[in-house]
Amino acid sequence: MAVLDMRDVSLTYHPAEGPVPAVRGVNLSVNAGEVVGVAGESGCGKSTLISTVLRLYPKSATVDGEVLIDGENVFDMKWNRMRAVRWGEAAVVFQGALHSLNPIQRIGKQLVEPILVHDKGATEASAMKKVQGLLEQVGLPARHANAYPHQLSGGQKQRIMIALALTCDPKVLLCDEPTTALDVMVQAQILDLLKSIAVERSMGMLIISHDLSVLSTNCDRIAIMYAGQVVEQGPALDLFQHPAHPYTRALMGAFPTIGDGESRYAPSGLPGDPPFPGDLPSGCSFHPRCPIATDECTTAHVVLEPVAPGRDAACIHVNQGVGAP
Amino acid sequence: MSADVAEAGEIPSVRAIRWKRRKVATTRFIRAFSQHGPGLLGVGILLFFVVVALLAPVLFPRELLDPNAALSNPVYAPPSSEFDFWLGTEDLGRSVLAELAWGTRPSLVVGILASIMAMIIGTLVGIASGHFRGLFGGSLERLTDWFLVLPFIPTVIVLQAVLGETSIWITVVVLGITSWPGTARLVRAQTLSVEARPYIERAKVLGNGDWAQMVRHVLPNVMPLVIANTTLTVAIVILSMTTLAFLGLLDPNIISWGGMLDAADATGAAAQGAWWFLIPPGLCVIGVVLAFTLIGRTLEVVLNPRLGSN
Amino acid sequence: MSSAAESVEEAAETVVEVDDLTVTFEGREGGTARAVDGVNLAMRKGEIIAMVGESGCGKTTLARTILGLEKPAAGRVLSHGEPLQYGGRALKAYRKNIQLVLQDPTGSLNPRHSVYEAVAEGPRTHGMDDETGRVSRALSMAGLRPPERFYLRYPHELSGGQRQRVVIAGALALDPDVIIADEPVSSLDASVRGEILALMLKLREDLGLTLLVVTHDLGLAWNIADRIVVMYLGRVVEQGPTEEVLNNPQHPYTRALLSVVPEMHGTEQIVLTGETPDPTKIPNGCRFHPRCQEVRNGVAEKAGVLEACTSISPAILSAQIPVGAAELGHDAACHLVTPPPTA
Repeated sequence: MAVLDMRDVSLTYHPAEGPVPAVRGVNLSVNAGEVVGVAGESGCGKSTLISTVLRLYPKSATVDGEVLIDGENVFDMKWNRMRAVRWGEAAVVFQGALHSLNPIQRIGKQLVEPILVHDKGATEASAMKKVQGLLEQVGLPARHANAYPHQLSGGQKQRIMIALALTCDPKVLLCDEPTTALDVMVQAQILDLLKSIAVERSMGMLIISHDLSVLSTNCDRIAIMYAGQVVEQGPALDLFQHPAHPYTRALMGAFPTIGDGESRYAPSGLPGDPPFPGDLPSGCSFHPRCPIATDECTTAHVVLEPVAPGRDAACIHVNQGVGAP
Repeated sequence: MSADVAEAGEIPSVRAIRWKRRKVATTRFIRAFSQHGPGLLGVGILLFFVVVALLAPVLFPRELLDPNAALSNPVYAPPSSEFDFWLGTEDLGRSVLAELAWGTRPSLVVGILASIMAMIIGTLVGIASGHFRGLFGGSLERLTDWFLVLPFIPTVIVLQAVLGETSIWITVVVLGITSWPGTARLVRAQTLSVEARPYIERAKVLGNGDWAQMVRHVLPNVMPLVIANTTLTVAIVILSMTTLAFLGLLDPNIISWGGMLDAADATGAAAQGAWWFLIPPGLCVIGVVLAFTLIGRTLEVVLNPRLGSN
Repeated sequence: MSSAAESVEEAAETVVEVDDLTVTFEGREGGTARAVDGVNLAMRKGEIIAMVGESGCGKTTLARTILGLEKPAAGRVLSHGEPLQYGGRALKAYRKNIQLVLQDPTGSLNPRHSVYEAVAEGPRTHGMDDETGRVSRALSMAGLRPPERFYLRYPHELSGGQRQRVVIAGALALDPDVIIADEPVSSLDASVRGEILALMLKLREDLGLTLLVVTHDLGLAWNIADRIVVMYLGRVVEQGPTEEVLNNPQHPYTRALLSVVPEMHGTEQIVLTGETPDPTKIPNGCRFHPRCQEVRNGVAEKAGVLEACTSISPAILSAQIPVGAAELGHDAACHLVTPPPTA
């Protein structure tokens, strides 16, 4: 059973300039012990997607569809239930988490806080014990509980943020760009850690990143987002080796394989820029930049369709067998 | 989106670009400012006082202020229906309304001139102390701190005494050189923030020296804050000037609201129930100060550099 | 050999040289941080060099010192054979020849200056003539065509890729010999990177520009660099032609870096423990030995160099300048590669 199930989720912001459909009809599910990656560039809606799970979007935004955490629809929840779900059932490791720690409080105190809020029966002592266990689980010596944030390095702070997310034993963990601003070596350590946590605790984990390569090694499945929609999804390794959608191919091309003579002196990319969600092209949102676009693409209503068992892509050419992997 | 300049392949001159950019920026600014009711109110009040200041000689001929000409008038006469004496007379029999009108002039002149002086000094010191590290910048910073904690009234009294006659221009200078520290601190903080940005590094690499960096990059980013702050400084300067006049430190030949309050106090207007002499000057001071404060606060919001607008 | 590398060999004129450079800073908690600790480098006309390493390795400091933004504690920077002078006028003249493209295109542009003013700033500072012509040509070369459409735009109205092109145009307006790019595409969207990198290659082809690209991204180096220089804690640990170094890495650090690049499917990941140590506390002996996987797994001991690793620092690599038709070598500062002379 999926611990996190997003069914036809849409979110539209309503700023003064007019409606901005940031997420349009996304279907995504995560099972216990599974790590799902969501890749995409600016404006694709991945951060907004995460905000729908814990209803962290502004009041003026309108949502559609269902987000089920362990079968319960988040959009139907009353306020008290929502507060219990936040952190208790699903937690988030935010982007730029390195700056989210209170600089004048010791780490231990900040980690104890959510435990005391969510668990009425907990005492300071029992909470502290739990915190020390968590620190060990994320690979930090327990004495770091007495440290201040500025005494820790970037990688250590990111581990603290992960520990913070785990304080109330959630079933679902959402990570928004967990490795941006970290060195490659530390990135690899953090990703390994996340994968092991998901497996050990049987949690459903969703990792979003603009860096497709970050997701390739540690995710079980990957979904590619563009302009608010999922344009391709499937098992990570398979998607990597046989990308179907032209956008996925372009994204992969941006991260060349070292040792492949073809990409020597031949950087590949797409013309133009990712579209602004308030100003989307007609038909398939990708057609202005797509290398295999035809006239039909400017008017077609494109949906995700299976191209292989367990693999979906939203492109009329792929589904017709043209440009298939 | 700003308008594209070229049509049909013509290349615009640099002057044309600058002109168009200024037009676009000004319209945008006016539109943004007009959305703030309090700001517009402030502008309205200020315009009223400016018009009065300009028209004072026309509305109330100078003779009305001559103490000798007023000898025949009753002292502390209550308001009457005659235009010149809508607010009655003061302790020497002169028209209160005329004095109020003429009193706008020194307030506005001293307020604006002294503030401009404070703005120039404050901006120069602020940018320099923020840009130059080491001994020079540090000493400018200490200088700012020192001026900031100087007790205001004693300093002003001492300066007026040292500089000799109590002429209005002395007052302008005195207020100008005591009001700049606030601006300097603000500018220094903003300078430090601007200089931490990558485009200053780029400016250095492009070959800009200290002067070019400060003038081309720091100054345009600092100016909006300075203008907003200066407007607020005018309010403070006018209040200070009123205080000085009230204490009798201003040139006695000049009619000012503070001077009126001083005269009212000295000749016991309160005991005589002459509210028309006591209250209106105070109201005028409040009015002008309020106008500048409203405008200044609105400018702060409209010119907020974080929004990245002009 | 690709044609790009061939043309580099023909024009073997050394444009910028770094000679035994050391740059130090005050550490945050006292002590001296040796950000650059003895580096030799030679950049030849038309060459694209990638300087790779993690944060704290000194690559950014080295780039800034080459630009004259930092003064070395020892060693010198040479431009066309002449040592760099740090006095006002000489430095300004030097700045005409060597320009910078920074990581964050949004922060690199003054939000109050229009595109025209941003690109014209260089020529104006140096009092160059034909300002409008230079701006127009620079914008065209950077791929913003027709240039007039962009004169009045402001940075916040452009996309990330366009902003970076404006920054590049600003550098090109001075007709420099060398451009130093510090993580030029890391804050841009992935699909946009290819275009900017292709632009850099084109500038090398059309203008004979020399490029020094500072990056942590080995894939980028593979895409556009002729030569790669790997840095760790202030020293060059490996250098050589890109294909050589990335296909056949000699230094354990390079091997570890390559193994964590996600595109290298199939290779076992060597995830180094801990994080990059403090430049104020550089380890004795080989500065990499506390994290070196060959020390941990016993290979160093078996080869009999373990003692050397902990006590003797490998020799500083000299700058690679091929003589005549000789090919560039592939050097690594590691006792396993070059056993220390036995006492």
